[in-house]
Amino acid sequence: MRQKKLFLLLAALVAGVGGLSSPVALADASADAIARYREMIADGNPSELVAAQGEELWKTKRGPKNASLEKCDLGLGPGVVKGASAQLPRYFKDTGRVQDLETRLMTCMESLQGIDPKTIVDGKWHKGERETMAALVAYIVTESNGQKINIDMSQPQMKKMFELGKMAFYHRSGPMDFACTTCHGEEGKRIRLQDLPDLRTQAGAAAGWGTWPAYRVSSGTFWTMQQRLNDCYRQQRTAEPIYGSDATIALSVYLAATAKGGTVLTPGLKR
Amino acid sequence: MKRISIIVAAMAVSSGAFAAGEDLHAAFQTMMDNSFKTTGIADKYRMKQLDFQRLCSVEKEPSKKVMESIEAQQLKTIRYPADGKYFGDWKKGEKIAISGKGLTWTDKTRFDNGGGCYNCHQLSHKEIAYGTIGPSLQDYGKTRGKTDDVVKYTWGKIYNAKAFNACSNMPRNGDAEILTEEQMKHLMAFLFDPESPVNKK
Repeated sequence: MRQKKLFLLLAALVAGVGGLSSPVALADASADAIARYREMIADGNPSELVAAQGEELWKTKRGPKNASLEKCDLGLGPGVVKGASAQLPRYFKDTGRVQDLETRLMTCMESLQGIDPKTIVDGKWHKGERETMAALVAYIVTESNGQKINIDMSQPQMKKMFELGKMAFYHRSGPMDFACTTCHGEEGKRIRLQDLPDLRTQAGAAAGWGTWPAYRVSSGTFWTMQQRLNDCYRQQRTAEPIYGSDATIALSVYLAATAKGGTVLTPGLKR
Repeated sequence: MKRISIIVAAMAVSSGAFAAGEDLHAAFQTMMDNSFKTTGIADKYRMKQLDFQRLCSVEKEPSKKVMESIEAQQLKTIRYPADGKYFGDWKKGEKIAISGKGLTWTDKTRFDNGGGCYNCHQLSHKEIAYGTIGPSLQDYGKTRGKTDDVVKYTWGKIYNAKAFNACSNMPRNGDAEILTEEQMKHLMAFLFDPESPVNKK
């Protein structure tokens, strides 16, 4: 039954993309993202399947230490998942680092389960421990759906990461001279038929940050924020960002802080 | 005496602020250096900025003077066709305009690239899937004519857009060796040929 619903949903999405051809539909496409999102997921989001796997993995004893992640502290205390990702990235005293959801999970997987972070950092998308990571992320971000984006900027480490993230956002380099701003630094632009949020503004950042991680219909896979940023850089034609590197976390802090007060609509559902 | 101490205090404050800015800049360089790696054809060296890339990596456009100096430098990079022929085959040009491939770390070679024109520009009367980051170029040849000045300017704009607008979003197709001279000639034909769907409904 659920599967049939999902199939209908995917069919509707594909039809929706086709329907974008008229100028009127194009104008509507950028009108009310939240309303559209609610409509899209009314019959379910394929992320639910991934999130269910993630919840299972969260509770499963794994790794050399044969432990679950149920004591993992995502910032709101050991084991608290509800609302945790709405407040990430965050400065963590125990690691002395600003961490996003994925690097925080790597810390937990290493300390609680004995899983080497290298297996994720050097891994491949949708394979091995990165696939495990994506499922965990799907579960955790689902538990923040509907909350307000609200990261704690009181620590100096967060303020510094915000400034560094902003510098990265404007950093032009590579054979095409692109930066994040090339596509996300103006209101109301698009690439081909794809609307581009202006990520410098609260509304734009909320539309972007608030709807990732997401299930991508075109690839039939769930994408974490690390994968989203990685593919942005791929299309910028820069070198590849290292998984969980500070540049990716700094950018996340810049986006999440700019989006503050927006609604978390994760997991999103994308073309 | 009092005045001197005020001056000293003011100097201390300003040098403190300067030091903080310097620290942030150094921290940024370290962060970028530690955050990127070479994958396939996308060498880590790509993160190093050219002077104009650095000057254009700011919230607000640089001063008019800085912009003009960048434009003068970039203008010198433009190589016009040695044989004096600016126009290839518009049908090939259309394919180049449609293709957005090339230069990513998942591409095998750095010498087989599309122009990616439709990502940002409206061109053909028939193509509705166009981006809006750049201006519409529909009816380009029809509205601008084919005078020597327009032809030469258009070639220069495709070759190195920064020669005309220092911080333009448009890549330096010729200068950065994204497209070959032959490919740019095909694009020129796509823009100017009366039979091209850019100019013909």
